[in-house]
Amino acid sequence: MAEGTPPLNDRRGTWKVKAGLAEMLKGGVIMDVVTAEQAKIAEDAGAVAVMALERVPADIRREGGVARMSDPGLITAIIDAVTIPVMAKCRIGHFVEAQILESLGVDYIDESEVLTPADEEHHINKHPFKVPFVCGCRDLGEALRRITEGAAMIRTKGEAGTGNVVEAVRHMRAVTGGIRKLHGMGPEELVVEAKRIGAPSDLLEETARLGRLPVVNFAAGGIATPADAALMMQLGCDGIFVGSGIFKAENPSARAKAIVAATTYFDRPDILADASKSLGKAMRGLEIGTIPQEELLASRGW
Amino acid sequence: MSTRRRVGVLALQGDFREHLAALRATEVEGVPVRLATDLENVDALILPGGESTTMARLMEPALRDSIQRRVAAGMPVMGTCAGMILMARDVTDGRVDQEPLQLMDIGVRRNAYGRQIDSFEAEVESHAIGGVGPAVFIRAPQLVQHGDSVEELARHGDQVVAVRQGNRLALAFHPELTPDRRWHQYFLTFNGEKR
Repeated sequence: MAEGTPPLNDRRGTWKVKAGLAEMLKGGVIMDVVTAEQAKIAEDAGAVAVMALERVPADIRREGGVARMSDPGLITAIIDAVTIPVMAKCRIGHFVEAQILESLGVDYIDESEVLTPADEEHHINKHPFKVPFVCGCRDLGEALRRITEGAAMIRTKGEAGTGNVVEAVRHMRAVTGGIRKLHGMGPEELVVEAKRIGAPSDLLEETARLGRLPVVNFAAGGIATPADAALMMQLGCDGIFVGSGIFKAENPSARAKAIVAATTYFDRPDILADASKSLGKAMRGLEIGTIPQEELLASRGW
Repeated sequence: MSTRRRVGVLALQGDFREHLAALRATEVEGVPVRLATDLENVDALILPGGESTTMARLMEPALRDSIQRRVAAGMPVMGTCAGMILMARDVTDGRVDQEPLQLMDIGVRRNAYGRQIDSFEAEVESHAIGGVGPAVFIRAPQLVQHGDSVEELARHGDQVVAVRQGNRLALAFHPELTPDRRWHQYFLTFNGEKR
């Protein structure tokens, strides 16, 4: 190696680099934004990244119709507005939307059940992409299926656009419970468990050895208050996605700052109490039981 | 009471868990630091990777003051990636309201290599680690200038990627994401302030 100037054998788009960005986002809050102005408010409040969207999940739910990748012009405007990473969503299985998002310079792609799925059998093969992907899950098997397809980050799905944390809790408990169950299992038992939950056995073995998912796992879907964010952190997630919860609330800036503080000081009720004061009204929210079965977003994907 | 040296890791946001895990492979005890009171019991401090804007926003003024005071008194400090940005005197392409801790006489540019698809793994050579070691650059900053008392420890291409000024060490990359512990070991050779 020549002194001072090593050959530039840089390796881009490797697994370490993809999963590594998620490591940097840990302990942080990723916020849905629909305009450059909202993106700036999110960055000012201390968001670690923003999710660029045309409509937040609460509006997608209300308006119905097919929800697709956002207008590239909007995504570019948001990329130009902030210095933090910008994520964007593509439909499940829509690898061309993913190719377009990668070409825009998006930092992370969310292959998301919040948009209308484009393929009912196949998720995107995420390995060939240089940009990393995050995918949703409801349990350990689903998380490991997404990782084997190349997802470098996982989020529990929750039920987006409801402002109701109950489904996020259900999914986070299913993942952590599924991992706890592996403790003490021998190799032959792990093979059977892998088959039972539909997970690749090598990834399940790695999960058992680590005692956690092999990638970073955020919570999403229904988080609307600082207490919700801290609840998910105490249940063992690595960070928080907030969709409709911020910009559908009365005072988005104050609420965003409070949720950021709550995610860092999640185990300090005194600081949480202080952060939760005088934030104005939270989004109204929906009782899950009142949503028709076919309108539940979490059941999209498999 | 244990006489083991205690090394704090700023745990507001970012990959502090990886730094704490890296310290477990050494002779010191790693301690998460979120509040000014946490800093009182540590002998050295690591500023991890993450989002520098978020960490700066979350840092309470008392912790900020206390870090600046302790580092001025000689407490060893290491910053990786976002940690390097926090240590800088000047930040280019940051936010106008982004005030770094100004712990070191360096100027840095944020996200200087481009977007995430331009993040990369490479090898970096330095006498500090006695040879070549793995380095992970994620939306990494670049050094744009430094004062005379700042020593260049490593280069990658035409960029200076590791610098030391007295008890202060700044790396543009993430040694904590690799199994190589030599950068942490090197940092632990720095002598602390007299307390």
